[in-house]
Amino acid sequence: MVMGKIHSIETCGTVDGPGIRYVVFMQGCPLRCAYCHNPDTWDYSGGKEVSTDEIFNDAKRYIPYMKASGGGVTLTGGEPTLQPEFCEDLFKKLKASGIHTALDTSGYVNIDKVKELVKHTDLFLLDIKHIDDEGHKKLTGVSNKKTLGFAKYLSDEGKKMWIRHVIVPGITDDMEEIKKLADFVSSLKNVDRVEILPYHKMGVYKYEALGIPYSLKGINPPDTSKIEEIKEEFRKRDIKVV
Amino acid sequence: MIHEWRGFQEGKWQKTIDVQDFIQKNYTLYEGDDSFLEGPTEKTIKLWNKVLELMKEELKKGVLDIDTKTVSSITSHDAGYIDKDLEEIVGLQTDKPLKRAIMPYGGIRMVKKACEAYGYKIDPKVEEIFTKYRKTHNDGVFDAYTPEIRAARHAGIITGLPDAYGRGRIIGDYRRVALYGIDRLIEEKEKEKLELDYDEFDEATIRLREELTEQIKALNEMKEMALKYGYDISKPAKNAKEAVQWTYFAFLAAIKEQNGAAMSLGRVSTFLDIYIERDLKEGTLTEKQAQELMDHFVMKLRMVRFLRTPDYNELFSGDPVWVTESIGGVGVDGRPLVTKNSFRILNTLYNLGPAPEPNLTVLWSKNLPENFKRFCAKVSIDTSSIQYENDDLMRPIYNDDYSIACCVSAMKTGEQMQFFGARANLAKALLYAINGGVDERYKTQVAPKFNPITSEYLDYDEVMAAYDNMLEWLAKVYVKAMNIIHYMHDKYAYERSLMALHDRDIIRTMAFGIAGLSVAADSLSAIKYAKVKAIRDENGIAVDYEVEGDFPKFGNDDDRVDSIAVDIVERFMNKLKKHKTYRNSIPTLSVLTITSNVVYGKKTGATPDGRKAGEPFAPGANPMHGRDTKGAIASMNSVSKIPYDSSLDGISYTFTIVPNALGKDAEDKINNLVGLLDGYAFNAGHHININVLNRDMLLDAMEHPEKYPQLTIRVSGYAVNFNKLTREQQLEVISRTFHESM
Repeated sequence: MVMGKIHSIETCGTVDGPGIRYVVFMQGCPLRCAYCHNPDTWDYSGGKEVSTDEIFNDAKRYIPYMKASGGGVTLTGGEPTLQPEFCEDLFKKLKASGIHTALDTSGYVNIDKVKELVKHTDLFLLDIKHIDDEGHKKLTGVSNKKTLGFAKYLSDEGKKMWIRHVIVPGITDDMEEIKKLADFVSSLKNVDRVEILPYHKMGVYKYEALGIPYSLKGINPPDTSKIEEIKEEFRKRDIKVV
Repeated sequence: MIHEWRGFQEGKWQKTIDVQDFIQKNYTLYEGDDSFLEGPTEKTIKLWNKVLELMKEELKKGVLDIDTKTVSSITSHDAGYIDKDLEEIVGLQTDKPLKRAIMPYGGIRMVKKACEAYGYKIDPKVEEIFTKYRKTHNDGVFDAYTPEIRAARHAGIITGLPDAYGRGRIIGDYRRVALYGIDRLIEEKEKEKLELDYDEFDEATIRLREELTEQIKALNEMKEMALKYGYDISKPAKNAKEAVQWTYFAFLAAIKEQNGAAMSLGRVSTFLDIYIERDLKEGTLTEKQAQELMDHFVMKLRMVRFLRTPDYNELFSGDPVWVTESIGGVGVDGRPLVTKNSFRILNTLYNLGPAPEPNLTVLWSKNLPENFKRFCAKVSIDTSSIQYENDDLMRPIYNDDYSIACCVSAMKTGEQMQFFGARANLAKALLYAINGGVDERYKTQVAPKFNPITSEYLDYDEVMAAYDNMLEWLAKVYVKAMNIIHYMHDKYAYERSLMALHDRDIIRTMAFGIAGLSVAADSLSAIKYAKVKAIRDENGIAVDYEVEGDFPKFGNDDDRVDSIAVDIVERFMNKLKKHKTYRNSIPTLSVLTITSNVVYGKKTGATPDGRKAGEPFAPGANPMHGRDTKGAIASMNSVSKIPYDSSLDGISYTFTIVPNALGKDAEDKINNLVGLLDGYAFNAGHHININVLNRDMLLDAMEHPEKYPQLTIRVSGYAVNFNKLTREQQLEVISRTFHESM
């Protein structure tokens, strides 16, 4: 049993991996993405302390729904890999019970620390925030070198991936950058789909509540036509995109 | 075999009235997908547009028209049409579409008030007859009510009693008319009556003899009514069109005679498929025509209207009839009862557009064909017009030919009826327990003077003991009221035409109900796990509560509080069982409010869970809005813990979601919804409404959050309860959800 810090639980997760999923939002994140809709999960000192046994036993109550839909458990956050022992222990238990495991991560990890965790993860939801390193730094506060390295590692390890990319007008929607991203993704093995996620403002109220300045004020969600244009770049390369 | 039955598989259904046997011997299971379905015909579009025009006008005026002179009966009105040349299926309640009839046997006051509310005046002659010469159900009930029942009713601890209008929730086996024809049904009834002759005549025997005679009269009147439309229904239907028409005529007789709270249709689609299949084989019908028949049939079902007072409609949000049709399910032999016509009736939601009526109810089983499951999910996502009930849970109790009355009440078709009885407010009962039977709003003694709880901080064991006493009293008064109501209903507003389509010896249940379950459970949980301080007024009546600390809340799959909810249900059911019920009916219980949770909330003071006075309850068995923090399935797990065998009249749960929160693409959405329904069925959940919200509903949710419990907006890695957003944020969500992809 390992203790960890979580933000909350969502028992009817349908958009973070296949099927109906028990989603654990982990507390704490090393990134500070300007568009983050969960700023309430950033601070590692916040959240609630729980044990892997608690979460495991709770998640098991939802097995009929997972079985019926091809779902499972997803760890997201925050950044789950900040608590690798917790994730690893939980996934080990879940795998032993035949439950599908997915990890939603920014890829900002030290590979050595998560090798065991990778073994017990069926699917990675890898969020590549920006293909350009400078752009990545500006947007998230950190370099993307680790992320891209982690993607390659997962590719070499034969791990299944869904690549996610959030489209923020004027920041992550440059078509040249998108092409670079698409090229990078097509160089990876085992990418089952790419999820293009239009930026939305639904987390803004959390910034207000937390008293954190919101830097994307005035930026509107992207047009549907722009999203289609971006998706097309991936389709051209024979990548499933949603 | 007679000509009308040509090609049918023989069976015991020929010798006795046994529609179930006929279906089992003759239906064709369909496991394919929806690709065979046809769109609306030219005729359907034309006809439906005419109806829509009328409905638009009706919406403006409240009612389109009222016949204030004619007391409605099976034969009271001449044939009425929308457009005779276009209608494949004919028959209206009055001589004009959407014109409402008066049905004063339930109560003349209700009729009078309803007429006046819409600017009409009831014919003085009719009023005179039903005040001076002909007693109504309503009069009878109030003659027998005790002061205590009146007080309980007035204070709203027992509400919605069918004491001023038709009780409804009885389903005639309308299919019998199509399969056997009226003459054969009369013959059977005559035989049954003849057998009913003993040496001693007790009250029950005499009553039944009179009832059988009434039933035979009703059957004869059905023939007469059909003749006005140029149809002779004395013989069985000989083709699909006649089968639909005969079935509808039988239902029409019921809705011409009874203004019942819910007038459900039963389980007709798979039955009708047998006729459609035969015609398709004989080459006398095309798929397009088959769909047209169903579209026209459903059109008629959407036009059923009753004259009711505006406050009744407020209680149930609109003008509901609950023409419930039960679709699908699995036979006791394991074969799913899904036919092409199960698809066709759902397809009417595309051909005519989404609508709440008829109340299409899918009997869900893990063993339904995969293609049908997926089609249901697709229709749900597109129209939000389907409710689901757990066939795997009900089939062992009711076999495979039961139907749902109203929303959640299962009954064996033609073999079982219920005495419907609205609901007791269990949250208010808890306040009575604390205040020693004094109503917290009226400050009057409603229940007997029990010792009130006087401590500043509430003690769980003390409150629970008082609550138990109070529930004991409530059950007793409730049963008394119900016995009176149903005695009088049988006496003054007997459902002749509906009962004519039942067996003679039937199972009767007395369907009690409860409201405010999650409020009561959370309140007790707060008292047990947090500290609850009672705020009392100058007379010592607790009128508000302060909760210090957190407590487990129903809807989070937390056994600490879920077990309290289960205990309340079982406890109340056991108390109801102790009493003698009218006609030896079997007491049952439902956890269902439909939309009346708002009004019940209005009538209930502040509760120890922190709910403010007048705040709406959650609907049915739903957790209170905003208190479930772990998402919808945790809340479904809480609800499915309520034992069905203690609430055999049904446990209602409403699930609301925006389309994009079901999954990324159409395929994901269907897969996830099927998984959700399979999981809920596997966990023995009984009933679930699936609302996949459209824009208008979301706008409505801004004004009435109580109607949309736990409305979750979900995008990747993010979930938020819609009701917790500010108005501005809600508008933002709405514009995003429906204008752009998430």
